Amino acid sequence: MPVTSAPPSTHADGARSSRVPALAVRGLTKTYRGGFQALKGVDLTVEEGDFFALLGPNGAGKSTLIGIVTSLVNKSAGTVEVFGHDLDRDPEAVKTCLGLVPQEYNFNLFLPVLEVVLNQAGYYGIPRREAMRRAERSLRQLDLWGRRHTEMRRLSGGLKRRTMIARALVHEPRLLILDEPTAGVDIEIRRSMWEFLRRLNREGTTIILTTHYLEEAESLCRDVAIINRGEITERVEMGEMLARLRTETFVLNLKGRIAELPQLDGFVFQHLDDGTLEVEITRDHTINGLFEALSRNGIEVLSLRNKQNRLERLFLDMVDGREAAAREDAR
Amino acid sequence: MSRWQRYRVTLTTILVKEVLRFSRIWVQTVLPSVITTALYFVIFGRLIGERIGPMDGYPYLDFIVPGLVLMAVITNTYANVVSSFYSSKFSRFIEEMLVSPAPNWVILAGYVAGGVARGLLVGVAVITVAMLFTDIRIHSVGITLVVFLLTAVLFALAGFINAIFANSFDDISIVPTFILTPLTYLGGVFYSIDLLPPFWQSVSLANPILYMINAFRYGLLGVSDIPLGVAFAIVMVFIVGLTLVCLHLLRRGVGIKT
Ligand SMILES: Nc1ncnc2c1ncn2[C@@H]1O[C@H](COP(=O)(O)OP(=O)(O)OP(=O)(O)O)[C@@H](O)[C@H]1O
Ligand SMILES: [Mg+2]
Repeated sequence: MPVTSAPPSTHADGARSSRVPALAVRGLTKTYRGGFQALKGVDLTVEEGDFFALLGPNGAGKSTLIGIVTSLVNKSAGTVEVFGHDLDRDPEAVKTCLGLVPQEYNFNLFLPVLEVVLNQAGYYGIPRREAMRRAERSLRQLDLWGRRHTEMRRLSGGLKRRTMIARALVHEPRLLILDEPTAGVDIEIRRSMWEFLRRLNREGTTIILTTHYLEEAESLCRDVAIINRGEITERVEMGEMLARLRTETFVLNLKGRIAELPQLDGFVFQHLDDGTLEVEITRDHTINGLFEALSRNGIEVLSLRNKQNRLERLFLDMVDGREAAAREDAR
Repeated sequence: MSRWQRYRVTLTTILVKEVLRFSRIWVQTVLPSVITTALYFVIFGRLIGERIGPMDGYPYLDFIVPGLVLMAVITNTYANVVSSFYSSKFSRFIEEMLVSPAPNWVILAGYVAGGVARGLLVGVAVITVAMLFTDIRIHSVGITLVVFLLTAVLFALAGFINAIFANSFDDISIVPTFILTPLTYLGGVFYSIDLLPPFWQSVSLANPILYMINAFRYGLLGVSDIPLGVAFAIVMVFIVGLTLVCLHLLRRGVGIKT
């Protein structure tokens, strides 16, 4: 019997979910006025129920991709489907499924929190009474109910971001897209936001998130895509990607000075100055091992820090790797 | 819930948001027109008007009332839409609407309705002031209302187009200052075009505002330089044309999407 395509599933019937992806982007290109090509044929599929990280260095095209999916940016070519609805053919259905927390503030600074959320509900066609109920729920979930009469401009950065999350949830979207939701948010609020997003995902909302903190993606996301200069370069599970982080570099502050670099198996040292060492640890060695070896050599460490954001490291490795491959191809 | 019910909710949301906006800042949005018009009545009507004598058979003060009211309606409707829509672009909260399933025509209708609401409020305020200075009775409430409504819709649409193309706050005052105000003054607010030499009479006929003012004057006083049917036809043509332009610009995302 021929299989007809299943109707888009709802939260309740997760069993059918694997058939219609939450997001399917094909051959997406974007050339900005002035000729800059920000997306060069992006293909990307995100399954329903996933918690998905979209990672990439500044200017990679993350916000452009999200902008196209959420109807804020016109695409140059390609197709976008959200839960099986085509963006060109049925934009209203696509928009109904989507919630967006944008990278930049985009609310009226002079309106109180509650009104921002209620207006958004109104734009989605949710009648006033129902909108009130939902606004209360989503503001309470994000600990903002007590601030509902505060004007947006009087909120701290973290609360502004949280209001944007509450606003994005008021129409109960099946796919929530967050563009750097925790930029400039302190660690405590960040953790409570993580907890909130995890619960939302468990309850069935598909989530796509961009971030510059690998810790964030690592702790939240199951799948990841890396985008660089407008192209998807990786599309893997989180665990697999972490395994690619071949080395990590630390900077050690020493007690006392050392004259020459220690020679220890598996660790590559470099002098920064007399009291500071840089050490590169490969994946198969541990920090414990490093300290044991240093102690044996009578070197005492006062403090250590990560030399680089690990995500930046990954991007560098990636670019290096491809350049190396390209050199080999050229030979 | 049906699609149409949703559209109605969206439209109401935008309208209420717009009304709250201009009501919150009524000192900037409503009061100035009332004061300016009152000054016109005092200066042109009382002080100078007595020396001018009747115009089209009406005391000068009565003659200028319709034009002054309509001028306030035009200015306020236009200003409301252009500044509100431009601010939403400038501060990016237009995006709240763009990500929502609200169709373009509902968004447009919401802003136009908001502008018309301000025009209505100011129009009523100015007519009330006029009643203090004159003892005109409204000749035809129906025609007055229809002309008011059509004029307000027309200038709300024009303000919307201005906002779409505006890239700075300067851009939203250029059209009112250099086009709207001259056209209004030359549109026969203060005189009957019968006073003009034939050449300038025909030039005046190219000014759409002339038709609205005369139709409005007919509604209030029962006298017009222009046949009413012609006035309505011209205004309708403009409304249809501007609506199509607005919808086309919104569909293309001109000025609001990259
Ligand atoms: N409106 C625009 N006009 C021209 N170029 C643009 C425009 N918006 C973005 N770009 C360019 O497109 C590229 C991708 O930008 P985008 O904002 O999508 O990057 P991103 O991955 O979100 O970066 P970030 O991590 O800094 O937010 C950048 O080089 C940017 O300069
Ligand atoms: Mg970005």
